[in-house]
Amino acid sequence: MLQYIVKRLLGLLPTLLIVAFLVFMLVHLLPGDPARLAAGQDATPETVELVRQDLGLDKSLAQQFVRFMTGVAHWDFGRSLRTKRPVSTEISERFMPTFWLTLWSMAWSVLFGMAIGIVSAVYRNRWPDRVGMTLAVSGISFPAFALGMVLMQVFAVQLNWLPTVGDDTWRHYILPSITLGAAVAAIMARFTRSSFVDILGEDYIRTARAKGLDERRVVIKHGLRNALIPVVTMMGLQFGFLLGGSIVVEKVFNWPGLGRLLVDAVDMRDYPVIQALVLLFSLEFILINLVVDVLYGLINPTIRYR
Amino acid sequence: MNDTAIDEAPVTAVPSGPSREAVRTPWSEFWRKFRRQKVALVAGAFVALLVVIAVLGPWIVPYDAENYFDYDQLNARPSPQHWFGVDALGRDIFSRIVMGARISLAAGFVSVAVGAIIGTFLGLLAGYFEGWWDRVIMRICDVLFAFPGILLAIAIVAILGGGMFNVIVAVAIFSIPTFARLVRGNTLALKHLTYIEAARSLGASDATIISRHIFPGTISAVIVYFSLRIGTSIITAASLSFLGLGAQPPTPEWGAMLDAARADMLTAPHEAIFPALAIFLTVLAFNLLGDGLRDALDPKIERR
Repeated sequence: MLQYIVKRLLGLLPTLLIVAFLVFMLVHLLPGDPARLAAGQDATPETVELVRQDLGLDKSLAQQFVRFMTGVAHWDFGRSLRTKRPVSTEISERFMPTFWLTLWSMAWSVLFGMAIGIVSAVYRNRWPDRVGMTLAVSGISFPAFALGMVLMQVFAVQLNWLPTVGDDTWRHYILPSITLGAAVAAIMARFTRSSFVDILGEDYIRTARAKGLDERRVVIKHGLRNALIPVVTMMGLQFGFLLGGSIVVEKVFNWPGLGRLLVDAVDMRDYPVIQALVLLFSLEFILINLVVDVLYGLINPTIRYR
Repeated sequence: MNDTAIDEAPVTAVPSGPSREAVRTPWSEFWRKFRRQKVALVAGAFVALLVVIAVLGPWIVPYDAENYFDYDQLNARPSPQHWFGVDALGRDIFSRIVMGARISLAAGFVSVAVGAIIGTFLGLLAGYFEGWWDRVIMRICDVLFAFPGILLAIAIVAILGGGMFNVIVAVAIFSIPTFARLVRGNTLALKHLTYIEAARSLGASDATIISRHIFPGTISAVIVYFSLRIGTSIITAASLSFLGLGAQPPTPEWGAMLDAARADMLTAPHEAIFPALAIFLTVLAFNLLGDGLRDALDPKIERR
């Protein structure tokens, strides 16, 4: 098991390196001179030259990449062009709100999505299924930012039940995490349903029924565990969706998280922040997928680690 | 396409021949299954209607979407004069929604088409030749997949700058790996089948085998994904515009319209409701159509 994890981690290295290289190249792909961008609009040519040397932009590309990677390894991404503060500080301040938001969204959407999926599969083609699947297809079709605006308008502004913006208490988390999780819940519901429908047609389910087990036991004990296997994989992929989706949802709810930091950075061409965030988001996504792969093995005993 | 005629033929008369049934072409088979999916048919009709509206847009809008300002009716509610009301700058929302359909449909269609063409090509190469080609192409896909969700599109827009054209480029790149993986998987499954072996033993070149024998086998999966991806791409493009990274004012893009409507949510909710509904219904139609296509094209699925 441990061997497998190590092997997978090593297998990730090339992808990670290429991702890091692309992120590094971002600066050089940006239109315009990065040194001038860093020095500011009104800087004199001398200042620009100084900034260029300071940032190491006068060195060869290979040297610059080594420098960049050394920085990354030391959690040093340079300074934000906008605030002049270290990027790592900016990010650590914003990390937790986004982290909790994605986690809560994942939790409720997986529970809710799977519940809908299972009920739909068990009552296939009857009304609970129709209601569930109508909800699900609507969920994947309704853009998160529109849903967020609707929820905020109804529950925060009109009914005044919940706060509108900010992240101070747990009540602040309710609307943003519903908004962010809705599409994932919908995808999980559709996926769980189809996975469950396949499982319920298997011979061992018929055997379980023939033994006289009551239906609830058949569904939960014999169906659920096997249907979970593809569903867990799907969960990993959806995490990427949540990480990306948080960028949009954070704008709607004025959430003090990484997503808003990224949008502001793109707006202001604050490239050290863009680099660090893109790298961080992908690293997070890659690691989560690794965790999911390991989980996959835990619930599926037919997989042997080599 | 006279599939209906072919389909109803067996009842009347097929004078002679080995089979009592009419000739079953892939098209007639597809249509026979697809037309049973009532929801998907309605969705397909709606998509067709949207396309017509988008094409005829400039000729059917009652007002100029960008340059007509009715200063007496700022934020006015829907009325016979302005069906969907007026926005904060005095522009007719109905006209803007209609013109927005052009932008969203074009963005969705073009980006997915480019992504599908490049992705399918790469997937065929990777699956057919395996080895070196496969490793390089799949590595590229892994890297593209390592950027979660919309992030890749944002990173691309960060490099290229904002604007609708760059958004389309970004979403196209974002769609490539999905199609490449899908087609590669299908190609791997197809290429060991006997009929490919037969074609090769007759001396068919790799190019012929790929284009005439393998590509047609992957096309149904590509079509299904195509429809489902258009929905995703429309949402992605609208999201980028909502974030201020895509279409810029005064372009009547639905996501950008929603962003602009946020300031007046309390006094003029109709400014948000109509663009939101437009995105929702359009994406819903593509998703329902995609579901229907999948059920009709996937031989493994036998539902209902």
